[in-house]
Amino acid sequence: MLAYIIRRILYAIPILIGVNILTFSLFFVVNSPDNMARMHLGMKRVTPEAIENWKIERGYDKPLLYNEETGGAGALTDTIFFEKSARLFVFEFGRSDAGRDIGYDIQQRMWPSLAIAVPTFIIGLLVTITFAMLVAFFRATYVDYWGVILCVVMMSISGLFYIIGGQYLISKVLHLVPISGYDTGVSALKFIILPVIIGVIGGIGAGTRWYRTIFLEEVSKDYVRTARAKGLSELVVLFKHVLKNAMIPILTACVSQIPFLFMGSLLIESFFGIPGLGSYTIDAIQRQDFAIVRSMVFLGSVLYIVGLIMTDISYTLVNPRIRLS
Amino acid sequence: MQNTRFELGAKWAGGYLVLLLLSGCDQGPWNNPYPPSEVQKNILYSSFAERPKHLDPARAYSSNEYAFIGQIYEPPLQYHYLKRPYTLMPLAAEAMPQPKYFNAEGLQLPDDAASDEIAYSIYDIRIKQGIRYQPHPALATDTAGNYLYHNLPPEDLENIFTLADFPETGTRELVAADYVHQIKRLAHPRVHSPIVGLMSDYIVGLKPYMVAIEAEYQKRLGESDTPAFLDLTHFPLEGAEVVDRYTYRIKLAGKYPQFVYWLSMPFFAPMPPEADRFYAQPGMEEKNLNLHWYPIGTGPYMLSVNNPNRQMILERNPNYHGEVFPGEGEAFDHEDGLLEDAGQPMPFVDKVVYSLEKESIPYWNKFLQGYYDTSGISSDSFDQAVRVGSEGDVALTDDLIAKGIRLRTSVATSTFYMGFNMRDPVIGGLSDRARKLRQAVSIAMDYEEFISIFVNGRGISAQGPIPPGIFGYRDGEQGINPYVYDWVRGQPKRKSIDEAKRLLAEAGYPGGADAKTGEPLLLHLDITATGPDDKARLDWYRKQLQKLDLQLVVRNTDYNRFQEKMLQGNAQIFIWGWNADYPDPENFLFLLYGPQGKVDHNGENAANYSNPEFDPLFDEMKNMANGPERQKIIDQMVGMARRDAPWIWGLHPKQFGLYHEWYKNAKPNLMANNTLKYLRIDPVLRAERRTQWNQPVVWPAVLVAVLLIVGTVPAVIVYRRKEHQSLKQKISPSRESMAAQS
Repeated sequence: MLAYIIRRILYAIPILIGVNILTFSLFFVVNSPDNMARMHLGMKRVTPEAIENWKIERGYDKPLLYNEETGGAGALTDTIFFEKSARLFVFEFGRSDAGRDIGYDIQQRMWPSLAIAVPTFIIGLLVTITFAMLVAFFRATYVDYWGVILCVVMMSISGLFYIIGGQYLISKVLHLVPISGYDTGVSALKFIILPVIIGVIGGIGAGTRWYRTIFLEEVSKDYVRTARAKGLSELVVLFKHVLKNAMIPILTACVSQIPFLFMGSLLIESFFGIPGLGSYTIDAIQRQDFAIVRSMVFLGSVLYIVGLIMTDISYTLVNPRIRLS
Repeated sequence: MQNTRFELGAKWAGGYLVLLLLSGCDQGPWNNPYPPSEVQKNILYSSFAERPKHLDPARAYSSNEYAFIGQIYEPPLQYHYLKRPYTLMPLAAEAMPQPKYFNAEGLQLPDDAASDEIAYSIYDIRIKQGIRYQPHPALATDTAGNYLYHNLPPEDLENIFTLADFPETGTRELVAADYVHQIKRLAHPRVHSPIVGLMSDYIVGLKPYMVAIEAEYQKRLGESDTPAFLDLTHFPLEGAEVVDRYTYRIKLAGKYPQFVYWLSMPFFAPMPPEADRFYAQPGMEEKNLNLHWYPIGTGPYMLSVNNPNRQMILERNPNYHGEVFPGEGEAFDHEDGLLEDAGQPMPFVDKVVYSLEKESIPYWNKFLQGYYDTSGISSDSFDQAVRVGSEGDVALTDDLIAKGIRLRTSVATSTFYMGFNMRDPVIGGLSDRARKLRQAVSIAMDYEEFISIFVNGRGISAQGPIPPGIFGYRDGEQGINPYVYDWVRGQPKRKSIDEAKRLLAEAGYPGGADAKTGEPLLLHLDITATGPDDKARLDWYRKQLQKLDLQLVVRNTDYNRFQEKMLQGNAQIFIWGWNADYPDPENFLFLLYGPQGKVDHNGENAANYSNPEFDPLFDEMKNMANGPERQKIIDQMVGMARRDAPWIWGLHPKQFGLYHEWYKNAKPNLMANNTLKYLRIDPVLRAERRTQWNQPVVWPAVLVAVLLIVGTVPAVIVYRRKEHQSLKQKISPSRESMAAQS
C-alpha cells in the first residue's frame, strides 16, 4: 500500500504543475499586471509611475512564462510564473498582493470553516443516512413516495432560501440564536448552531435521495434475502448488513469531501459572518489578488488529490477484498 | 459493549447541551451576538463589509479606511462637526495656518497678490504642546531611554503574532518633526502614496526628493535581501522643515489655496520615525506587523484588535489630550439636541466594535434587534424602512417609529454622471453638430425617472458638476441647466422630447438617422454591468434613447477592459462618478479641465473635455478665495460646460441614515473623518430595548420536538406491524408446504 501511496503522490506533481499553469493562464488572460496594480492602488489619482513601482515591488514587471532576455535556465525561472509558483510546492504561500501573510490567513480562517463544516458534515451524514434507511425500509409505500417528493422539493429550493428563511425564523422571529457573527471557544456554539442546522437541512434532500438509491440496490441482493431467511429483523438487516455493504459508494462520496471541509462554504459564511475560508478565494478574485488565487487553487488541488487517495485507502478498510497495487 | 457506546453517546450529547446552555442561555437575550459582560458597557457597535486594505495614513484613501484611521491619527486641521458650509478648524494645530506669499526674489507679497506674481507660499504650522502618542511598543524605552524593541533578533519575534504580544509599551510627546517625517514618507517608494504625484507639483523639492530616495532605496535593496530601512530623518526636504520643536514649515510652489483642505486629511497626520524603524525590522512584515495593520496615533482612539477576518476594535486612547464638544452650529442644531453636550469632554464612547458583516440582510435585522446602533438603508430593506409620499417626501414606517428610530438625510458631496468621450468622432468634439446631439441625448435621459426607479428617490438630479454644499453651487432658478430644463411653477421641468428631437434634427439626425446617408444613428454605452439588477438599468438606458428613435448598443465588459478603453479613449458613452476630496469647487471643476484629460494626461477628466475658454478660467478660479468674483467665474465655467454637455449631469446621491434612540449627536458630516469622538450612546436604554425586543420564543421549538417524537410513534407501530406480517408470511407458507407434504 505504501508503494501505491508514494506512486500516487508522485503522480500528483505533474497534475499540480498543470493546475498551476492553467490557473496562471486563465488569471492573466483576464487580468494584466497593470490591471492588478490599478485595482490595488485604487481609483483616484493613480499615476503610471505608481503602477510601475507596484509591479516592480511585487515582481509583476517580469515576463509571464518565458524570459527572452535571460539565457539558459533563467529564461524559465526569471518569470512571474516560476517565481510565484515554485514555492507553493513546499507550501510557502508567501504574501498576498495586499501584503498579508497568506499562510497565516489560511491558518486563521480554516478553524471557523471547520467549526461549521465538520458538524454539518457529520450530523448531515447521520441524518441523511437515517432518512434514507427509513425511506428504504418503507419502500414502495406512501412513506417512500411522499418521502421522495419531499426530497425533490427540498433539493429544488435554493440554499439561499434556507439561509434567509432560517435567519428570519430562528433568529428574527423566535430570537433563539444570533443572526450572524462568530466567537472563539465555547461562545462560538451559539453562532454555529443555526448555520449547522441550515447546512444539514439544506443537504437532506439530495443526500437522502442518493443514499436511498444505494440502499435500494443493496436490499435487492441475495445476501439480504438470506439474512431475512435467517429470521433477522428488518432493522438488523438494514443497519447491520445493508449499511455495511453500502459503505463503498458512501465512502466514495464522503471521504473525498473530507479535505474540502477546510475550504468552507461561500454562502453560509457570508450570510452568517463566519470568518472562514469560504469567501477567501472569491474575495481575492474580485480584488484581483493573484497571490491568494494561486495559493487557494493549489491548496484545493492538493486537497482533492489527498481526498482521492484517502478514498482509495478507505476502500481497503471497509472491504478487505480490495488491495491497492 | 452496546451499553458502553450508548453511555458514551449520551455523555457527548449531555456535554454538548451543557456547552450550549453555557454559550446561549447567558444573561440577556439569547440572540445577543456580543459577550454578556458587555451588556451595559459604553460600547458602540458597527460593522465592516470588506476589510480596509491600508491603515497607513500616507497610503489610505478610501472611506472604509478613513473610518478607522480618522479616529486614530490627528492631522493639523479638521472640519467643524456642526457648522455648514463645511468649515476648517485647528485639530493638532494651535491655530489655522495663514499662508505667506513670496515672489521669485524672496520678497513677501501681500495676501491679495496676483497668482502669477507668487513664486512660492509658506505655511508655518504650530502644533499644540503636550499631545502624546497612544501606548505603543515602538515607543517603549528602558530606564536609560533606550528603545526596547528597535533591535529585535528574529528569535525574539517567535512568539509575537500581534502588537499586544509585546509586554511593554511607551509613549512620547508629539513634535513638529513627526509631521515633517510623514510628508517625507509620501515620497517613499514602498509607501505608494496616491497623492505623491499631485503633491510633488506643489511641495517644493518633493519631486527630486522622490528620485533621490528611490535611488538610495534601490541601492540598499541591492546590498541586502531584507527590505532596506531608509531613515528619512537623514534626508532633508526643502518643502517640509522643522522650525522648532512645535513648529514646522511647508513651502509650496506658487499659490495653492486648496492645500489647507489636504491638511485635514490623514496624509498629513504625524508619524513618529520610531514607528518606521520598529516595523522595518526583519521578521515584522512576515507577521503582518506593519503600519497597514497597527497604526500609531495621538487621536481619541487606538486600534486594539485588528482581525479583519472577524472583528476590529477601537478603544479609548488613555493618552488622549482631550477636546470638548463644539458649542455652536447651524440654527436648527439646538432644536435637534445637538448642542446638549456642548463643552463636554470627548470622546464619549469607550470602545467601538466593528464586526465583519458581508451581507446587508443580516446587518439590517441585527440593527432592528438593537445589535447595531446605526444603519444605512439598502434597497432590500428600503420599503420596510421608508415611506415615500406623493410629493417625494420621505418618512419612516410606523414600525420603525415605534422603535424610536430616527432618520437623517443629506445630499452627498458626490456626483454620478453619464459621460461622453469628447474624442469620439460621432458624439465628441466642440462642433455645433456634436453639441446639439449631446444636448438632445441629455434631455432624453430622464434622470428624475432613474432616481425614482433605481435609487428609491435617494438622489437629486444634477444641474452641473458641483453638488449642493460646495461653494459655487446655485439653487433655484439660477441654478438650473437651461439646456435641459425650464423653470416652471417654481421648480425645474425637463424639456420635452420634441425639443430634443428638434436639436437632434439640427445636429443632422432627423428621426434618429443620418440626414446624409439615411443610416440610423447607433450610440454605444460602455459599461461594467455584472449583477442581475443591471439588466433593468440597461433596458432603461435603451428606452431613453428610443424616445429619440436612437439605438443604444450596450458594450458590457469587465472592469479591466473598461479601464483600458477609458485610458485609450475607445469608450463612447460611459458612467462615472466622483466623491469630493474637499469642499471646494476646484475639486469638481478639475474633472473638466483639459490638462487632466484621461487619454493624454492619465488624469481624472474621463470625458477628455478640453475647451480653450474653460481651461484659463479654471486656472484663475482655482487660486481665488470664495467670494462674488469666484462665483462669477464658476458660473461662467458651469455655463460653458452645460452648453457643451460633455456629461449628462446625472445625480447627486442622497444619504439616508437611521439611528436608534440611544444614539446621540448624530449629524451627517460628509467631509470629516474623525466623527466618532462626537458620538454618545445611552447603554442602559439600549440594554433595556434589546431585552424588550428580543425575548426568546421557545414554544415553536418545543412543538417541533414534540411533533417529531409523536411522529415516530406511527413509524414504530407500522414497523412492528410490518415485522409481525413478515413473520406471519414466513410461517404461513411453511405450514402450507407441510400440509401439502402430509
